[in-house]
Amino acid sequence: MTTLVAAQGWHFRKPSVIPGFGLTLGFTVAYLTLIILIPLSGVAWRSMELGWAEFWAIATDERTVRALRISFGASLIAAMVNVVFGTLVAWVLVRYRFPGRRIVDAAVDLPFALPTAVAGISLASIYAPNGWVGQLLAPLGIKVAFTPLGIVIALIFIGLPFVVRTVQPLLEDMDREVEEAAATLGASRFQTICRVILPGIAPAVLTGFALAFARAVGEYGSVIFIAGNIPYVSEIAPLLIVIRLEEFNYAGATAIAAIMLVISFAMLFAINLIQAWSRRRFGYVG
Amino acid sequence: MSVDTLTGMPRPAAARPAAAHSFRRPTTEGPLAKAILITIALGFLALFLVLPLIAVFIEAFRKGAGEFLAALGEPDTLAAIRLTLTVAAIAVPLNLVFGVAAAWAIAKFEFKGKAFLTTLIDLPFSVSPVISGLVYVLLFGTGSVLGTWLKAHGIEILFAVPGIVLATVFVTFPFVARELIPLMQDQGTGDEEAALSLGASGWQTFRYVTLPNIKWGLLYGVLLCNARAMGEFGAVSVVSGHIRGLTNTMPLHVEILYNEYNFVAAFAVSTLLASLALVTLVFKSFLEYRYGDEIAATAKH
Repeated sequence: MTTLVAAQGWHFRKPSVIPGFGLTLGFTVAYLTLIILIPLSGVAWRSMELGWAEFWAIATDERTVRALRISFGASLIAAMVNVVFGTLVAWVLVRYRFPGRRIVDAAVDLPFALPTAVAGISLASIYAPNGWVGQLLAPLGIKVAFTPLGIVIALIFIGLPFVVRTVQPLLEDMDREVEEAAATLGASRFQTICRVILPGIAPAVLTGFALAFARAVGEYGSVIFIAGNIPYVSEIAPLLIVIRLEEFNYAGATAIAAIMLVISFAMLFAINLIQAWSRRRFGYVG
Repeated sequence: MSVDTLTGMPRPAAARPAAAHSFRRPTTEGPLAKAILITIALGFLALFLVLPLIAVFIEAFRKGAGEFLAALGEPDTLAAIRLTLTVAAIAVPLNLVFGVAAAWAIAKFEFKGKAFLTTLIDLPFSVSPVISGLVYVLLFGTGSVLGTWLKAHGIEILFAVPGIVLATVFVTFPFVARELIPLMQDQGTGDEEAALSLGASGWQTFRYVTLPNIKWGLLYGVLLCNARAMGEFGAVSVVSGHIRGLTNTMPLHVEILYNEYNFVAAFAVSTLLASLALVTLVFKSFLEYRYGDEIAATAKH
């Protein structure tokens, strides 16, 4: 009977003998709606209540614009640093054998596991003017903690595993024969890396960049301790949301959140596009 | 012989370094270039990953073990530890049940809108933790219909434990599901169909066929979920209200102590969280090493 129905054009699901579809899908959708979708739609709802004029006033407020610029600017720099060093770390972990490699490999995930507040106070103490690294940089006139540079440092810490973990599996699967072919055709090792290997891993690097960037933009815990949080100078957008909430200025907080959400979802969309493109172009998911 | 970290299988011969020193394989770099690249990579990791971790332990013991233990014995600290454990004990099982249900529906069946549902499940990962907290402030805070109604009936969500649990559930929502979905998709439905055709009930099929297949992947997801649940700061910070001894989780307590310039105590509590992170990493690496192919065929993260 079911097969008969299925044969007739559109159907919601393919027939299957496995039970529990209604139960598990129903539970999944209900839980998702209650925990994620309804609360999240509240941001959109409240933003619309604001009205366009008020929303625009908050969005173009000098302090908001500066905070967003600092968040996105620092995240961009940190993600670019992570692309360079993350790809290098992935390369070294996959291609070279050295003592302690497996421990180093495991340590890459530390930023995923270490609570952000702990990372934050630790980085702040290291890069403070009297800290381990800070006192080395102070005579050179470089201040890291309590400046925008400190924000970048914290965001590099947070974003590193994203690049390493997207590039690494790809390098592991990469076919050595292509490199051999390049070598037999007379390419130097440097040419092979630049023209054969790097273009091959480009989609994964791009995905890693986007993931690290997206994570950095929303990051809060590890940044606020090292940033100094001076309005207009080193105040990130998530912190401004918290400040507005503490002032019970829900409208202000919501408007900034809405802007950040729109940009994050655009990022998510971009990541999906990169992956779709990479699947078509290279036959794998970056 | 070198062994692949992810699968635990021996690597193909091509990955082994060349034995002869006089002849360098055309598909690798010279020893000098290798040494330089390894040094840069390890130096970078030492500076950005290892140094912060070591600093936590050194700062905590700066004034000796006595101060360290005294800081941990504070009633407020003990209350924070208790709250963190309570919140994780509620949030993790909730997301565990959800993760299994979602993976069952998504991996074992073909239906319309599956890709969209999977994207929605991953949504919390692309939302700032602060916004994850904010959404509950908007939902239950003063001025919202629901918040006012709940307050009239004496139910406190915001600036109380339920709010902290909700924010934690939001932030850790995808962890178990996203580990299980690719794993169960890879495993297909053959085993379950065989069990069903032999007369097993749906529950028996899940309990005796599916669960043993996914147990390591499940544990892996729970491990990551728990680490995040106990360490979450931004989302919890927004909904907690920071009432000492009542609504302060460990990460929030670290912040309060740090802002009071009580650095030894702040780092002492941090050592507990850092140890949790280390245990998580060791356990996670062990699972990847020992049961790599039973965790997920696809990327680790």
